[in-house]
Amino acid sequence: MIDIFGVPLLALLGQMLLGLVNGSFYALLSLGLAVIFGLLNVINFAHGAFYMMGAFAAWGLLTWTGIGYFGALLLVPPLIGLLGLVVDRLLLKRIAHLDPLYGLLLTFGLALVLEGGFRYQFGVSGESYEVPESLQGALDVGFMVIPKYRLWVIVVSTLVCLSTWLIIEKTRLGSYLRAATENPTLTQAFGINVPLMISLTYGFGVALAGLAGVMAAPIFQVAPLMGSNLIIVVFAVVVIGGMGSILGSVVTGLGLGLVEGLTKVYWPEASSTVVFVLMALVLVLRPAGLFGRSA
Amino acid sequence: MSAFSKKRWLLVGMAGLLLAAPAVFYPVFLMKLLCFALFASAFNLMLGYTGLLSFGHAAFFGGAAYVTGYLLQSQGVGTLTGIACGVLFALVLGALVGLLAIRRQGIYFAMITLALAQMVYFLCLELPQTGGEDGLQGVPRGSLLGLNLSNDLTLYYVVLAFTGAGILLIWRTIHSPFGRILLAIRENEPRALSLGYDVARYKWLAFVLSAGLSGLAGALKTLVFKFATLTDAHWHQSGEVVLMTILGGIGTLTGPLLGAATLVTLEDQLADKVGSLVTVILGATFVICVLLFPRGIVGAASEFIERLLGKSSPPPLP
Repeated sequence: MIDIFGVPLLALLGQMLLGLVNGSFYALLSLGLAVIFGLLNVINFAHGAFYMMGAFAAWGLLTWTGIGYFGALLLVPPLIGLLGLVVDRLLLKRIAHLDPLYGLLLTFGLALVLEGGFRYQFGVSGESYEVPESLQGALDVGFMVIPKYRLWVIVVSTLVCLSTWLIIEKTRLGSYLRAATENPTLTQAFGINVPLMISLTYGFGVALAGLAGVMAAPIFQVAPLMGSNLIIVVFAVVVIGGMGSILGSVVTGLGLGLVEGLTKVYWPEASSTVVFVLMALVLVLRPAGLFGRSA
Repeated sequence: MSAFSKKRWLLVGMAGLLLAAPAVFYPVFLMKLLCFALFASAFNLMLGYTGLLSFGHAAFFGGAAYVTGYLLQSQGVGTLTGIACGVLFALVLGALVGLLAIRRQGIYFAMITLALAQMVYFLCLELPQTGGEDGLQGVPRGSLLGLNLSNDLTLYYVVLAFTGAGILLIWRTIHSPFGRILLAIRENEPRALSLGYDVARYKWLAFVLSAGLSGLAGALKTLVFKFATLTDAHWHQSGEVVLMTILGGIGTLTGPLLGAATLVTLEDQLADKVGSLVTVILGATFVICVLLFPRGIVGAASEFIERLLGKSSPPPLP
């Protein structure tokens, strides 16, 4: 058996895999935050709440209508996205002219309402959700055994992140989006419906959170507060990566998940704080973030 | 009667009311109110007078609460030493967090303070001295200058003296040349910079002062309730102090006091009636406040009075 700094290689690889799974969620969530921030200039504090609702929606679909995991994977993101559209139209549009900080405060209040409501309805401990049958079991890749579902999460979230990047960088719709991010007034003058784009962008970013929620449901307990602690780590990821680039937030998310996994092996007590320590380091060395442009 | 003496009479009246208040209200409730009034005022020094939204002030409040509680309970130090060490801890922590956070502005500042405060929260959860999930229970109040603090009424006047001194310090700071420079930074940072002021240094000093006073509020809170728990350091606490300040009115001296009083009373009244729905009500208050009157109660009231008197429109929001 090969040891690396006194830890068996297989245990190390297992933790790295777990770290990548967490990193996939960081990547999906920070991607949504970055897309929303780019156009709306709002840090969506309710992102964790939408993630939580995604998981609950998957659970509800299975419990009440019998629609399984793959159905939920298709149905939930548009559903959560629609909710996001409503939130943008009803609430965020009204404060768009104020300082971006008011957007943070508004979405913070919204997160409290949503999480409080779910906690009132479902209690703190929450519900559990089974891994779908076709993704149960493990895959033997020769040197180690990988649980199928974990691999699935990493692959799907990486694909989703990459296609989001492609849409934004390579399509006409993406070019409108980038133009509106750069200069909304001028873009509107060219006849593009910027307010609609803003609503759609918020809906899309929130839908990504919903998707992450569905994928998280079989791994973590489906609980009202599942998003509220995650979202702060994601904020740290965003600060580390910088808001400048889409690809940057994806790479940072996956990378930090990996770092967290490794810390769990070598210094378990520090694993909950390592991301914040890294954030502090990045702020000292490169205040704009690893991939960010200086504000 | 000149405006100055009118203000002075108002102050005397308020002091009289506070001195007599325990005759009507439950002292522990009043002390909670005072602690949060100080906390919100200290926070307002950052948001209202320097224009920086910190989303991590629970770290100073909760951190000091833990330090004071630990020293009083396990080390048997005097009450005054306990409070002083709590404040000192908050000052040092504020100095460190401030150094990192003031490197960015606006939303980033909020996220950085939030993330660093979460680190403090995990420390409170995991350090062997802090009692994990339970926190510190049964912290002795001790005595101060020969006064036995286990009496609620005695403690009330001590807490009143401390919070009064803290709020007075904030008032003095705001009306000092230092406070004017902070306002200048809030209004137009590049111009303050071009006038030769070391903007980063001023922001940092304001942050440290705000952290220290938040620590004082946290230390006093431990004395009042005889416990320090994870709730004190949780980011919900950071959010709550933001809500108090916004609800009352940012950038006003009375706003945070009024906001803290409103919220503490609301929580006190609702806690046994609606249970866990309190969070929903708090969140809804947040949303409504931001949507309908972002200037808070004091701001909305003075705007209304000014409109009645036909004065000019209010200054733009930060």
